[in-house]
Amino acid sequence: MTPRSKGRATKREPVLRDGPDLTGSDLEERLEKTWSRPRGFIGWLASVDHKEIGRRYIFTALGFLAAAGLLALHMRLQLMFPDNDILGPSAFNEAFTMHGTTMMFLFAVPVMQGVQIYLTPIMVGTRAMAFPRLTAFSYYMYLFGGLFLWAGHFLHFGPDNGWFNYVPLSGPQYGVGKRSDAWAQTITFTEVAALAVAVTLVATIFKQRAPGMTLARMPIFVWSTLVTSLMVVFSMPAIALVSGLLLSDRLVGTQFFNPVEHGDPLLYQHLFWFFGHPEVYIIFLPATGFVSEIVATFSRRTIFGYPIVVLSLVGTGILAFGLWVHHMFATGLPRVGYSFYTAASMAVSIPTGLQIFCWIATIWDGRPRLQVPMLYVIGFIVTFVIGGLSGIIIAAVPLDLQVHDTYFIVAHFHYVLIGGAVFPLLGAITYWYPKLTGRMMSERLGNISFWTIFLGFQLAFFPMHIAGLMGMPRRVYTYPAGMGLELPNMLSSIGSFVVALAVLMFVVNMAASFRRGERAGPDPWDAASLEWATASPPPWYNFAHIPAVESRAPLWDLKDDLPVVHGLRVDDRELLMTSVISASPDVREPSATPSIWPLISAIAVAVTFIGSVFSPWALVFGAAPVGIALTAWFWPKLPGPFAEPQIT
Amino acid sequence: MTRLPAFSEDVSNLPDHAFGYRSLTWWGVIGFMVIEGTGFGLVIAAYFYLMSLEQYWAPRPLDPPGLVAGTLFTIVILLSEIPNTLVKRAANAKDLPALRRLLPLMVAIGVALLVIRGFEFNALHVLWYSNGYGSIIWALLILHTTHVGTDLADTVVLAALMRTAHGETPRRFVDTDENALYWRFVWLAWIPIYILIYWLPRMFR
Repeated sequence: MTPRSKGRATKREPVLRDGPDLTGSDLEERLEKTWSRPRGFIGWLASVDHKEIGRRYIFTALGFLAAAGLLALHMRLQLMFPDNDILGPSAFNEAFTMHGTTMMFLFAVPVMQGVQIYLTPIMVGTRAMAFPRLTAFSYYMYLFGGLFLWAGHFLHFGPDNGWFNYVPLSGPQYGVGKRSDAWAQTITFTEVAALAVAVTLVATIFKQRAPGMTLARMPIFVWSTLVTSLMVVFSMPAIALVSGLLLSDRLVGTQFFNPVEHGDPLLYQHLFWFFGHPEVYIIFLPATGFVSEIVATFSRRTIFGYPIVVLSLVGTGILAFGLWVHHMFATGLPRVGYSFYTAASMAVSIPTGLQIFCWIATIWDGRPRLQVPMLYVIGFIVTFVIGGLSGIIIAAVPLDLQVHDTYFIVAHFHYVLIGGAVFPLLGAITYWYPKLTGRMMSERLGNISFWTIFLGFQLAFFPMHIAGLMGMPRRVYTYPAGMGLELPNMLSSIGSFVVALAVLMFVVNMAASFRRGERAGPDPWDAASLEWATASPPPWYNFAHIPAVESRAPLWDLKDDLPVVHGLRVDDRELLMTSVISASPDVREPSATPSIWPLISAIAVAVTFIGSVFSPWALVFGAAPVGIALTAWFWPKLPGPFAEPQIT
Repeated sequence: MTRLPAFSEDVSNLPDHAFGYRSLTWWGVIGFMVIEGTGFGLVIAAYFYLMSLEQYWAPRPLDPPGLVAGTLFTIVILLSEIPNTLVKRAANAKDLPALRRLLPLMVAIGVALLVIRGFEFNALHVLWYSNGYGSIIWALLILHTTHVGTDLADTVVLAALMRTAHGETPRRFVDTDENALYWRFVWLAWIPIYILIYWLPRMFR
């Protein structure tokens, strides 16, 4: 230590810490002052609070869900009758591309990450995310990426080659205009955002768990967050790379995917699906985390087979990287490739099946309450099992080749994605809504919207299996009369409007309950995990004292009081770091304050990315502003005159 | 909160910074190294995929890249681990005067490496738009160059910080330690790339 900082330390005032001498409302006022953000618009933009950012992610993602849902309705109107002409072929191409791209990249992944950002810190018992400014930055990147894509749609350069944007259709030879570039750069935005969130979540989970929350005591949802974040880390570089290579083929004439010049279009498909298949589980595994939490709470017992559920999550996460080629069965593969990827695709159903058995066993052995979140869980199990079974069927190559690119596949993946992820998400929103807002959602309206969406969904998507088996191809804007396709398509279209009505009712329920819902205390469902130990909605600092955990179901195993550790600084943002496996207290580290620089950095990066759609020089000229903004972001604040003495 | 707190352990005596895996930022650095390492791995996979489609590598009649600049770069970047280790040790020992001497040296090495890198691009004997082979070796080289450039920028900022009052705060020593860790990733990643760019096109002609 240098003499200067010693001098500073001797002048300091006593540092305020929470503890028996500083607790209750006095502590809460001081913590509020330390952890709240500046008021006003700039303060709002500068927020680094995980609850605010998580809410923004969820709201934005629901907005994109609505937009992509409207496109779906538009397509269903077109397909309601044979030889219809509401949407022409090119508009239809753009509609299904925008629908898929928005649903996968702007709705499904971000909404799950939004919930994870909101819940993870309060579930593990800490005050903030690991890198709060990076979390803020990620949100702005996501938002700008989504706005860019939709600006493209409205300005007639929206992508129209399918959500995977295959070459050669998207390459320089056939993909004229900027449509393909709009897709590729949107991907870059969303991947940067998703990767940043994944790193912050992993660090939060590894280092910031409440003392005593060993890995073996983590809530299942936190396990699912850890596994999905690691999957993001290992899979999303593939899509970032492939969209980058596509852009460079289009912009500076590289030949990665040009077979005439020693490139290969199938390289694109391999890299895309190396990401694309894990992506499905990145969407699905958080949903299984929701289900595990809801099942335990509403069955009033801890999850049956905790180690099995955790190992299933990890197993699914690993196996998900070994199946990507089953999306490419129709491209022609060596025989051993067919066998391997068929076997791997069937194998991945085993861990998921184990999880389903554990949930059923939990319900069986518990005292289930059939409230709305639990209804969604049951709807999920039924729907997902149907989708999972059609998935096992199409793992077989001969069958896959028959139904490839037909509506059978469309039916399959909507069963697993809507049934497997959206139903649990709606259940999760109902379940955690009181934590976010302090009020309950209406049970009655919730019941009605559950049954409407559940039955409407089956009506919309089950007939697609039939249409697909009858040979109706995907991605074709119409079908001729007299082939027997009228009935299934009419049913699907009616069903899709029923689903839309149900989603509308759900949103109305959210909006109405925000003002008029019944007041929820900290723990309205009598649940077991830590997020229910704090107020609803949680204060800026999450917990007045950092809780100490002694079991897997801390709130159920408590006598009366909540065990806590104490001694963290109150006048400065400070977090408790614990050891990775046993979560024993280890270090106190400061946490970043609100800053506008993540937004400015995101703007600089966005200008660079969007500019690079038009000229490669944008990357060169954009580097300087990005570098300056990032430096300003990371430039540390000097320790104040009252800094505590450095303990070394 | 409805439940009253039952106080147990007092954590106020814990240190307020730590090196290595005890530090939060270390996990962030490792996270980004894993992401970038996966990126390198995938580009390398793409390289072998394109190579597997060829009879000869480099495709005839192209000459493989010239060895001089790339080999010089390799020697310099491997030797840079010596001052890098000194930086890491000085950071752990909180030896500010040593860091003030060593970080500018690391900056100079970074600049020198970028200059040599310019000659490397000139010696590839193929342009990025000539064919798939040219595209992939340019991609490898550009990807690695961005890492050298990023770490150089980090090091410049750290060297500047060390000359301000920030240099005295222990957390900046942790930052310096982690920047030195990142540099190890940069040169370790270079070794396979060097072989792929300069030697495989010689071995499979």
